Amino acid sequence: MKLPIVVDAPLGMIEPLLIICGVAIGLLLVDLLLPHGKKHLSAYLALAGVLWALIRSAAQWGVSETGFSGMVSLDSLSTVFNVLFLASTAAVILLSMPFLRRDDVEHSEYYALLLFATAGMMILASGLDLITLFLGIEVMSISLYILAGYRRDSDASNEAAMKYFLLGAFASSVLLYGIALVYGATGTTSLPRIGELLAGAGPFPEGLLFAGVALILVGFAFKVAAAPFHMWTPDVYEGAPTPITAFLSAGPKAAAFAAILRVFFIAFGPIQAEWDTILSVIAALTMTIGNVAAIAQTNVKRMLAYSSIAHSGYVLIGVVTGGLIGGTGALFYLLAYVAMNLGAFAVIVLLEYRGQRGEELRDYAGLGFRYPVIGALLSLFMISLSGIPPTVGFVGKLYLFGGAVQAGYIPLAVIAVLNSAVSVFYYLRLMVLMYMREAQESMPAIRVPLTLAVVLFVTALGTLWPGLFPGAWFELAREGVRALFS
Amino acid sequence: MNSPTTILGIPILSFITFLPLLGAIGLILIPSARVNTIRWTAFLVSAATFVASIPLFTRFDARIGMQFVEQVPWVPGLGMSYHLGVDGISVLLILLTTLLSAISILSSFTAITERVKTFMATLLVLETGMIGVFAALDLVLFYMFWEAALIPMYLLIGVWGGPRRVYAAVKFILYTVAGSLLMLVAILYLYFAYHAAYGEFTFDLMRLYETPLGRSAQLWLFAAFGVAFAIKVPMFPFHTWLPDAHVEAPTAGSVILAGVLLKMGTYGFVRFAMPLFPEATHAFAPWIIALSVVGIIYGALVAMVQPDVKKLVAYSSVSHLGFVMLGLFALNTQGLQGGILQMINHGLSTGALFLAVGIIYERRHTREISEFGGLSEVLPRFAVCFLIVCLSSLGLPGLNGFIGEFLILLGAFRMSPVVAAIAATGVILGAVYLLWMFQRVMFGPITNEKNRGLRDISPREFWTLAPVIALIVWIGVYPNPFLRKLDVSVSELLERVNSRTLATTPDEIPVAPAGVRAAAEDSP
Repeated sequence: MKLPIVVDAPLGMIEPLLIICGVAIGLLLVDLLLPHGKKHLSAYLALAGVLWALIRSAAQWGVSETGFSGMVSLDSLSTVFNVLFLASTAAVILLSMPFLRRDDVEHSEYYALLLFATAGMMILASGLDLITLFLGIEVMSISLYILAGYRRDSDASNEAAMKYFLLGAFASSVLLYGIALVYGATGTTSLPRIGELLAGAGPFPEGLLFAGVALILVGFAFKVAAAPFHMWTPDVYEGAPTPITAFLSAGPKAAAFAAILRVFFIAFGPIQAEWDTILSVIAALTMTIGNVAAIAQTNVKRMLAYSSIAHSGYVLIGVVTGGLIGGTGALFYLLAYVAMNLGAFAVIVLLEYRGQRGEELRDYAGLGFRYPVIGALLSLFMISLSGIPPTVGFVGKLYLFGGAVQAGYIPLAVIAVLNSAVSVFYYLRLMVLMYMREAQESMPAIRVPLTLAVVLFVTALGTLWPGLFPGAWFELAREGVRALFS
Repeated sequence: MNSPTTILGIPILSFITFLPLLGAIGLILIPSARVNTIRWTAFLVSAATFVASIPLFTRFDARIGMQFVEQVPWVPGLGMSYHLGVDGISVLLILLTTLLSAISILSSFTAITERVKTFMATLLVLETGMIGVFAALDLVLFYMFWEAALIPMYLLIGVWGGPRRVYAAVKFILYTVAGSLLMLVAILYLYFAYHAAYGEFTFDLMRLYETPLGRSAQLWLFAAFGVAFAIKVPMFPFHTWLPDAHVEAPTAGSVILAGVLLKMGTYGFVRFAMPLFPEATHAFAPWIIALSVVGIIYGALVAMVQPDVKKLVAYSSVSHLGFVMLGLFALNTQGLQGGILQMINHGLSTGALFLAVGIIYERRHTREISEFGGLSEVLPRFAVCFLIVCLSSLGLPGLNGFIGEFLILLGAFRMSPVVAAIAATGVILGAVYLLWMFQRVMFGPITNEKNRGLRDISPREFWTLAPVIALIVWIGVYPNPFLRKLDVSVSELLERVNSRTLATTPDEIPVAPAGVRAAAEDSP
């Protein structure tokens, strides 16, 4: 396997990535010039950079090329994911601004790290080689480890960072070992090349190959918080600063799924029969553990952590289903999940921002009538997360489960809908508290900061609009996934 | 489908479906403090919806099936469309919905004093969901309305309900969601089965009727749809959520719940489960009939021993819905017509019973039968209304309940005289628990001093009961205008269920056979 050795670096292809990296480095330099008290200006710089990259990335829609010796691909899939990452990062920056200002912990590094994590995610979504993917995962994860521990004065935050780092590093090494084994078995790390070789059914050292696939699966399962590798999630989500929890549950999860789609559809697609059973078991376990454990939580962030585990399980159904229909279902669901989940976290951030409360379930008692708009928005996000129409959560589940039914994974679809029924209980418990219980103490009036209002508006729109008119969004997801089969 | 879809240039079905929703949005703009403006606006919106739905009845062409059809592509790539249409069955149910919604809003003027705006808006959103369920002819659209009706009902019970409201609300929503999600999988399976047969994706009910399905697939799919609907009906043994929900719900919620939401279950059988899976319908019919008969007797016996009037009425619903299911699954013309008419009757009678219970509850804030006695002395006008409603519910000839139960028993007798005989004891038991309750509450000396100074019903309360009583008498005396609307729908349904193969298209089915009309005319 000799790859042509030429300088093949079409920088235009990775323009959004370069912008993000450039702005991130710029932020670190600018930090030196900003006097204490003016640090919040770096947030605006970061936001501008992200929006610029977002525009440039959207302009790449329809372009399809491969570069860097076949290690990086720009196609509709990476564009959809890049736009998703950048939009969620922009939302998280907006969520962080009032939060950091209140705690007086504004540092440009915070935003720089967010951008580096985003860069890692973008590498993940466009990697066409196991090495590129590993690079992306590490760039993303290392930034996230630091961000999880950003509140240095808080024990919980430190614990979260430590736990996340130790387990994450372990998972990365497992992933790397898997990559090494697959390389040993096939002699290449290029995803399309592995796919070709496996489709050709040449003689492989099967033990080596399958061990490699299994270890890669474990590594990714950790990153998307799939059972039984989900243990870190609740502690990290609870301990991390809430805007970072929102970030963790949105972009990085979607990025890991982008990598899973590429690896398991392109490289390991030909041997799907070998891994789909184990992946269905993981999917079923993930949903069930996530949903059942979420019922027992009294802390909203922990509850949403388990809920995010459950949602990983739903998306995995799309991966198991495979093909255009499964991939489209998974991608559409990720788009939906990011919108509704960020919205839910935005509400928590808002409540926390105003009065150090909003983490415990009991803080929500009587909230619905005290703050009608906030209550209605949180209800909307909860209804969507539980998959009740007319929201995007319902449409997403319809596609996912529909794909599974069509591909013959009917037991998996049944497990998934039963899980959805379970999830209704804990999502709607927030509504029970908000509307059906009396407030225990007086609630001061809330003035919503503009940045949070923007995030709430956009996520609510993203939850409701595709729920009513899913056609265009569905086409977008299908177009994205089609890139995997060209 | 050559009937009009618009009336005065308005697509009538969409108009009545979404008018309440628009009204709910409009309510948000009214300041919360202006409670009376909110009440009257909500009532006027629901009354306007009712008035707008009357042309559906008067302009309905009894000779053809689906009418007022509206179809617009919604997600063409997946074969979803915004497809509304009504046949005789749905027209009657939509009218029932619009009438009971307006009445329940009127009945809440004094009962609900807190969070009035949210309450009224919730009721109006619920109305949109319910009308949508009865009008949707696209399975995804149907499912969306079906689920969309859940959340408002959940809030009605949970926010404005009695002491154990949270428990009841959560139980209500978990039961119904669990059922309906299984139905979702079945819908998806059906969708792909149609695609496998015809190479085209569609959620259009009219076309999915033609999906060829093997026996075992039919059995599974019928079970998945059937459980969702059976929970909603509710059929024994899925009924345990109902008494809790009813007892805790505010009066308006109970009226809507008993009057309309339960009908979504029976309607689901008639519109979806039975015609989509004819072979399975025949296979399951004996079991469903057995459960229905158990429900009839069990509901009646449990109702008899209730110390709480509202719980008594709730259990009577289990019994009455057992009659409806028995009629539907007798699988003959009389049974089906009776079953469908009884859906309407139950909505009217039980809705009115809950209104009556609400009226005495508002005066005494208790529903214990032992607290009352001799109320007819102090509430003479109320006593008359309550008596008519009770008699209608127990099936006195000359009132609506008799027509429905008579047709159902006729159909059941044709199928199996033994079943009809057992079910008929349910009628007797119905007379026992209702009359016994009426006697203990209304007659005799006034034993409790607190009951002495109660005021009789106000004009507003009278007007919540009057339209229902008028319909009770109308259907009881002259049911033909209603039954004739059902002829074509019922014969098409029977044709489909009895053909056992799905090869026939609706166009080939002739208009109502002579027997149908004869049966309708035979009934008193």
